[in-house]
Amino acid sequence: MTEASRLRLQGISKSYGSLRANDKIDFDLKPGSIHAVLGENGAGKSTLMKLIFGLLQADEGDMFFDGRRVSWQSPEQARAAGIAMVFQHFALFESLSVAENVWLGLAKTWTLPAVSEALRELGQHYGLVVDPNAMVHRLSVGERQRVEIARGLLAKPRVMILDEPTSVLAPQAARALFTMLRTLASEGCSIIYISHKLHEIRELCDECTVLRHGKVTGRVDPRQCNDEQLSALMIGNAPPPLVRASLSLSEVILKVENFTVPALDDSSEHLNDVNLSLMSGEILGIAGVSGNGQGLLLDALSGEWCDGTRRERQVKGAIRFQGQAIEAFGVKQRRRLGIMAVPAERLGRASVPELSLADNMFLLDQGNDWRIDRPRLRRAAASVIEAQSVKALGPQALASDLSGGNLQKFIMGRALQAEPQVLLVSQPTWGVDVGASAQIRQQLLAHRDAGSAILVISEELDELFQIADRIQVMYAGKLSPAIARQDASVELIGQWMGGAWSADSQSSENVLMGAAALESQSSLGA
Amino acid sequence: MIVLEKRQHPSFWMTYLSPVISIVLTFLIAYFVVSAMGKDPIKVLSLFTLEPLSGKRAIGEVMLKATPLILCSLGLAFCFRSNVWNIGAEGQFLLGAIGAGGMAMWLTEAGVAGAGWLWVSLALLLGAFAGACWAAVTAWLRDRANANEILVSLMLVYVANLLLSYLVFGPWKDPKGWNFPQTLRFADSLSIGRLGTGMRVHWGFVVALISAAAMLWLMFFTSLGARLRVGGLAPGAARFAGFSSRESLWTVLLCSGAFAGLAGAMEVLGPMGQLTPHVSTGYGFTAIIVAFIARLNPLACVLASFLLSILMIGGELAQSRVGLPASVSSMFQGVLLMMLLMVDSFINYRLCWRPGAAKGLKPNA
Repeated sequence: MTEASRLRLQGISKSYGSLRANDKIDFDLKPGSIHAVLGENGAGKSTLMKLIFGLLQADEGDMFFDGRRVSWQSPEQARAAGIAMVFQHFALFESLSVAENVWLGLAKTWTLPAVSEALRELGQHYGLVVDPNAMVHRLSVGERQRVEIARGLLAKPRVMILDEPTSVLAPQAARALFTMLRTLASEGCSIIYISHKLHEIRELCDECTVLRHGKVTGRVDPRQCNDEQLSALMIGNAPPPLVRASLSLSEVILKVENFTVPALDDSSEHLNDVNLSLMSGEILGIAGVSGNGQGLLLDALSGEWCDGTRRERQVKGAIRFQGQAIEAFGVKQRRRLGIMAVPAERLGRASVPELSLADNMFLLDQGNDWRIDRPRLRRAAASVIEAQSVKALGPQALASDLSGGNLQKFIMGRALQAEPQVLLVSQPTWGVDVGASAQIRQQLLAHRDAGSAILVISEELDELFQIADRIQVMYAGKLSPAIARQDASVELIGQWMGGAWSADSQSSENVLMGAAALESQSSLGA
Repeated sequence: MIVLEKRQHPSFWMTYLSPVISIVLTFLIAYFVVSAMGKDPIKVLSLFTLEPLSGKRAIGEVMLKATPLILCSLGLAFCFRSNVWNIGAEGQFLLGAIGAGGMAMWLTEAGVAGAGWLWVSLALLLGAFAGACWAAVTAWLRDRANANEILVSLMLVYVANLLLSYLVFGPWKDPKGWNFPQTLRFADSLSIGRLGTGMRVHWGFVVALISAAAMLWLMFFTSLGARLRVGGLAPGAARFAGFSSRESLWTVLLCSGAFAGLAGAMEVLGPMGQLTPHVSTGYGFTAIIVAFIARLNPLACVLASFLLSILMIGGELAQSRVGLPASVSSMFQGVLLMMLLMVDSFINYRLCWRPGAAKGLKPNA
């Protein structure tokens, strides 16, 4: 093509100490193109975007913006030149209104009413409907993302960078986002779209640059590639397909009955009359956009309440383990029963970043001794590292030194080593690379086959459709009825993620039969 | 352009060099301040470094002042490691002094004699108990009412101060004491034995050293210490593991209260020999600096206590020999802590020189 580039990188490199995060990257962004940057976690996507956005400076190489050589010293300079970025984690003030939040980031010439007016216009033009007067703490995650995007758009950007934007969205909301991005691109704005979801990239993007270990491994037109080709570029070779035994259920081991935890205030999570039953030998998936009560559900099931939670709130309902009411039990008591949790927050909750892997074994295994038995902890850590093929320097490596995927493998292995009867997992592969994700999912299936009862809370529908036997959806503190995976579709679960199961529970009665069929099948098997 | 860049790993060398660099910087600043005050800086600096260590008697004084600092800072390091911000060691120290002093006063008045070491031990235990009780007030308010322990423990220092003043100005005042605000002098059998002749330092110093070793063992080699450390580093992880945050709150506060109380008890039964309004010269507050210079490590607390003890004595010498105001010593302590906090940022960051950096596009250019 002879068309001039909007943004061109030539031989860009960036190192952190001995780690070469970006190695001689060439990148070419055309005007009006939606360009995917695809790669595993740790492949160097974020570093590259930070370089483009001026948050980092390259060690070597050149960057050209509209044909002019540039090197930003700060995001302000990049922004002034017309680059906008929407981060995965939003930077919004909870206690301010939408318009006020946007106003804060703009030049001083704007007035607040002008910002509100501009936001309304954007809303009409791109279908980005946000009420400028709404308080941010009342907004859903999707709405917050719209605020972030609107904030970027007001600066009339020529390049817009989106970092994994759909990781917080329900499928329908993602589709609305795609429509908006296509409109934006058709008006000449270039879009850099970072993701590791292959189907999204094929649906949305017209160009794709693939990174692996800091190097460009391919430049392709994603519409002409299939999943296998793309993941081959991304990880070298595709992970083996998952294997599972056919479902062999026994009895219900964990039952939650009419469990209600009132909200503390407007913005906190709550649970509203939640019912679920988990059987040995199955994986029950809990779908839904994060923040709808999943965190509280996991806390309630694992016993990991803050000391005051049960005291402050009027909790109703029961949690039963093999018929025994356990809602008042603490973490240790439940662990003794064989209930083990793997929370989504790897650092600071499932592990202490400043401590070694051996010392992190201590979180699950304190022994009965007054003294702390370091050799035993070291051996235990070494066996987890070995069993999970964790890439670490050994039991003495600090948890914070491991990559996300390796740390998750370690944490998962630590929980599985205790051979739990009930395993509660939240976002098992969040931010984990494809290879490690496949390993973790396969292990969950293997323990299901061996008779464990596993509850997986996940935002990624793909994942639940891969591993879950039944799926329930969480929305606004409520839990939908269960549906067998083979009877569920992405569209249906997507609707449920908006809370729409009660309306069509009549029409989908036949769908719910799937769960009933499963249970009857289990009683036959028992 | 010079930029501050995050290191990939905390620097091993800077972790240990930082206190040394801070001390050097503090002396440099002291040099200029003292010069600006019109005193001979070399002479003043020698008062702060060489004089306190010249001779057996002087070293004994350093050890004497280091004793309460070691004990208080051990307890504080324990608290700070568990994310419990006890700022009130001074108050717990005073309560220990009141407890032990009150008992010694009563024994002296009652004329109890014989088996002095037994009574001394009992009085020391009572002091430790009183300090722990004072810290328990903070723990209880934090536990029950979710009160901020920084504020509560600090406020209780003033309450303890007023309580001590009330006692020595009022009911406990020595009737034969010419109306001075002090108790009677305790019987000689009720003072802690000295370590050697010609030195005022007493056996309490040895107790402090043993306490440091015990604390090291507790922190790093016991299950309890590991639980508390996890709670301090990552409260979320402690919750995940099922460690009780109430257990750690009570344990560390009671423990540090007892240590501070013991220090106060040793002060009245050691060098003071009676209760006065000026039992403490701010040991409980200075111990906060000690704990941070020592990086919350019990053995380093011993070394840092010596350092601060030398600074305190140097301040007194500078006051009497060259007429520098007493506050100069507190100023040096403050400068030292500030330098430490600043130099500490280089553990996680480093300075880099970026030659090409100035060529960037200027905003709105």
